[in-house]
Amino acid sequence: MEALSNKRKVLEAKPLNIWERAYLPAIVKGMGITLKHFLFTKAVTISYPEQKREFSENFRGMHSLKRDEHGRERCTACGLCALSCPAEAITMISAERKPGEENLYREEKYAAVYEINMLRCIFCGLCEEACPKEAIYLDGDIVPSDYLRKDFIYGKDKLVEAPLNQ
Amino acid sequence: MGTTDIIVKLILIVVIFLISLVVAMYSTYAERKIAAFFQDRLGPSRAGPFGILQPVADGTKMFLKEEIIPANSSKFLFIVGPSLAIMTACIGSAVIPWGQTLKIGTYVLDLQVTDINVGILYIFGVVSLGVYGVMIGGWASNNKYSLLGAIRAASQNISYEIAMGLSIIALLMTTGTLSLKEIAAQQHGWHWNVVYQPLGFLIFIICAFAETNRSPFDLPECETELVGGYHTEYSSMKLGFYLFAEYINMFISSAVMATIYFGGYNFPFMHSLGLSSNWVTILGVIALFAKIFFFIFFFMWVRWTIPRFRYDQLMDLGWKTLIPLAIANIVITGIVMTLFK
Ligand code: SF4
Ligand code: SF4
Repeated sequence: MEALSNKRKVLEAKPLNIWERAYLPAIVKGMGITLKHFLFTKAVTISYPEQKREFSENFRGMHSLKRDEHGRERCTACGLCALSCPAEAITMISAERKPGEENLYREEKYAAVYEINMLRCIFCGLCEEACPKEAIYLDGDIVPSDYLRKDFIYGKDKLVEAPLNQ
Repeated sequence: MGTTDIIVKLILIVVIFLISLVVAMYSTYAERKIAAFFQDRLGPSRAGPFGILQPVADGTKMFLKEEIIPANSSKFLFIVGPSLAIMTACIGSAVIPWGQTLKIGTYVLDLQVTDINVGILYIFGVVSLGVYGVMIGGWASNNKYSLLGAIRAASQNISYEIAMGLSIIALLMTTGTLSLKEIAAQQHGWHWNVVYQPLGFLIFIICAFAETNRSPFDLPECETELVGGYHTEYSSMKLGFYLFAEYINMFISSAVMATIYFGGYNFPFMHSLGLSSNWVTILGVIALFAKIFFFIFFFMWVRWTIPRFRYDQLMDLGWKTLIPLAIANIVITGIVMTLFK
């Protein structure tokens, strides 16, 4: 049947001519191409930890737990981020704010322990989306490599932003 | 031969041995660096400035790796394999003339370990012994991939040795000697054999690629089909020896090619510069090494350009193309020699 699109190309397997069968001309040509790369093309790779590529604006890196304008932790340990996490990377223990701690925690309930397992995390950003308090953002760098699995479980010491007055 | 001669020879042997090892060591570095440049990458750059200590790091790593000898292997042969491979790789350098003579006071130092009158045959013998290391290692591993790799290595070497030998015969017809020293001396100035034997050289270099198991003829260690080929079961320094033997082989075959086809230590205008003979000798050694390094670079250049041959193509090329060409080369050389004598 005639094809409607008229785009069909009939390909014939042509036997190689003597020039092509001699291999050598093609090899010489190929070596010319590689030599051009050897001499003239600059390396496209970089020496990673010293040099870094520029990330796009919506790059999702390491999480940080934010503070509000008075330097108080925003997170209220509602657990929505943990629930929304498809990789089950987040876990936390909540605690009640004691009188006198108002300058530390914004809400009456706060996360006493907050852990993200960076080996489980797929950096999808759903925790960021789920958070009602704008407390968590994936605005950090690439998570660095390490030797032990336990060192990839990041606690509040690594996640919470530095206090304002420092 | 007096005692001084023996001591001098011993020193020369040790020096040449060390040079081959260092060149082989840095060939591994050069291979990685050159491969990187061909592929627009940076290559090893961490160990020392520009990664210059990389071979040392690699060697240390090889030594520290766990040594595994498979339970069902033939243990003695399993160890003999890599030892044989590295030994045969090293002894090839004995007959290569590294330069002319140096005069130190009254003593005349010949920069060649030994000038046997069948130098080329010796090289051939050593090269064909080299396949035993691969064969024995592959067979002793008791692993089908190793065995297949070993069989490939053996049949490939046998096929290409014929073409290589035939290409050399044409060369011997023009030079009239088997001694590498005389062959090198005959190519005075720019009278390099490659000018008289271009086809022979082409056949020889293709066969050299096959004999050293270098890409595009690296079927014995073809990763995509045979896991690792004949050294699948090897680990630690025994694997290191196999890999190292390949680089020494490359160095030696580059030296052979430079000597018999590219004039060895000769360089153009070597006697019209008006230098003393010692200086000419030293420059000659430098010229020889420049040629050797060019060939090593060439080996790597080809490796990172051309994909591997299929096995039937390899055999086709060897038996149906190179051998007839080599025979034709002999006939043409004979005719030309008769006509112009
Ligand atoms: S980025 Fe995704 S996977 Fe990682 S912690 Fe947040 S929700 Fe979980
Ligand atoms: S980070 Fe946001 S979503 Fe997660 S527990 Fe804290 S307040 Fe809730």
